[in-house]
Amino acid sequence: MVAVEQHTAAGNPAATPDPGAIRVDHLDVTFAEGTVVALKDVSVEIPQGAFVTILGPSGCGKSTLMRAIADLVPAARGAIDVQGQSPRDARADRNFSYVFQDATLLPWRTALENVQLPLEVGGGGDAHADPRDLLELVGLKGRENALPYELSGGMRQRVAIARALVTKPKILLMDEPFGALDEITRDKLNEEVLRIWRETGTTILFVTHSIPEAAFLGQYVLMLAAHPGRVKEFMKVELPPERRLADRDTLEFVQITAHLRKLLEEC
Amino acid sequence: MAEASQIPMPVPAPRMSRVLDAAIDRGPALAAVAGLLLLWQGVVWFFEVPEYMAPSPVAVLGAFQDNAGTLWLNFWPTFLEAALGFVAGNLVAILLAVWFVHNSTAERAFFPIAVFVNTIPIIALAPILVLIFGNGFAPKIIIAGLICFFPTLVNMVRGLKAVSPATLDLMRVLSASNWEIFWKVRLQSSLPFLFAALKIASTTCVIGAIVAEWIGSNFGLGALIIEATFNFRSPLLYATVFTAALLAVVMFALVSFAEAKLIRWKSSDIH
Ligand SMILES: Nc1ncnc2c1ncn2[C@@H]1O[C@H](COP(=O)(O)OP(=O)(O)OP(=O)(O)O)[C@@H](O)[C@H]1O
Ligand SMILES: [Mg+2]
Repeated sequence: MVAVEQHTAAGNPAATPDPGAIRVDHLDVTFAEGTVVALKDVSVEIPQGAFVTILGPSGCGKSTLMRAIADLVPAARGAIDVQGQSPRDARADRNFSYVFQDATLLPWRTALENVQLPLEVGGGGDAHADPRDLLELVGLKGRENALPYELSGGMRQRVAIARALVTKPKILLMDEPFGALDEITRDKLNEEVLRIWRETGTTILFVTHSIPEAAFLGQYVLMLAAHPGRVKEFMKVELPPERRLADRDTLEFVQITAHLRKLLEEC
Repeated sequence: MAEASQIPMPVPAPRMSRVLDAAIDRGPALAAVAGLLLLWQGVVWFFEVPEYMAPSPVAVLGAFQDNAGTLWLNFWPTFLEAALGFVAGNLVAILLAVWFVHNSTAERAFFPIAVFVNTIPIIALAPILVLIFGNGFAPKIIIAGLICFFPTLVNMVRGLKAVSPATLDLMRVLSASNWEIFWKVRLQSSLPFLFAALKIASTTCVIGAIVAEWIGSNFGLGALIIEATFNFRSPLLYATVFTAALLAVVMFALVSFAEAKLIRWKSSDIH
């Protein structure tokens, strides 16, 4: 296999000296009193500061895995470790932020007030970035006082990203954040997420349906298989960390996406 | 960044042309009203309709002039009853809705009772309340309040529950307390639902006050309607009815004004 170094499903801690940002250990998640098994025996270790994209067929449990890490659904079996803490403690300590598919802005708050929301509830957390700087970082300088209905879908998602960054989280969980956007806007936001990742050193988990997006963004790709949801593959993407949209036309990139597509078909 | 560039904002038009625009906007409605009044006057003249049966607009205008004092004197009690009933009925409904949303047992216990109270015809309830509370303000305020109560309760419960699961997930990730979720999210998102109900209540509370005044009252627009009817003072009757309508319009306008001040946002889900 060219340019793709494969790891075992359980991850390869030896390759990364620092302790993992997230460790998932033999995790089961079930719904409807155990009758629906969403995740079965999932084990994975996310290295500190990594950008991991999660791919898999619809309904394979990508969202469920993210929600379990974020303490939005309970584990039926196994353990999750987020920055050395339980998901609940990590949440209370504001160690992670979540970006949903919908921007979920409060429509009566301006862009700036929406970014400030995390500082006003749940104790506010200790560290925080300047909300105005963050709006500038996501390219919304000058629109601080706009209400969500006055912003385009892409702009609203930028506000949501700024809101996620305001607590200076160590981990950013993004569940198809750009799924509802057009391709041009999406490409642009993908580049910006990469830039933010490089500038902040945040660990990012990013769910997507798009193979090129997964390969373009991810240092690692976590592939899940369905029925029941389980880890198919956890692999490193051997591309330089500095990536441009045009890199997607190179031979290496195409080889990686072809490999991913083949894997996805087996799921 | 093209995407983040400024969206052109509508430039406020100069004052004069705004007034003109408003006049042109309302022109057809004003013309229609004038036309109907003329038609009414014409029919009364042409068929020589007796005044006690249907007075002409001119006669009604005369009644306004001759009875200005009486109308004014009876306007205030009705206004007071309607306004106090509006405040009391809606306040109870809002507080109950807040309780129901936080306590589903309370909702299951008391919602059926609220439905039952709502099914009692107000006209049938008025005499009962007069027997209990006598001839003063109390029964009128209670009836005006009761008539507001149910639509507000239903809408407020719906509004408080109309928060998307994704927003609740967000608040959960932010470790927000139930109080913070209520104060920062639920209350705000219920406002459009609340005002939809308050607009209905703003006119029905006037109906409630007037109906209550029909039952053995000696003050208020309702009492004046009964008196004018039994004495065949039709122009005064019409003038009273118009005054009552005016009261309802004023109440509606006040609520709409408050709504415009409080809700400056639109749901962004529509895009
Ligand atoms: N709250 C729930 N109650 C019952 N079943 C659920 C619930 N949430 C998820 N599931 C089930 O768990 C499985 C995994 O769902 P999940 O949303 O994690 O999939 P996904 O990989 O995110 O899919 P998609 O790509 O379509 O977003 C599905 O079979 C789904 O029906
Ligand atoms: Mg999903």
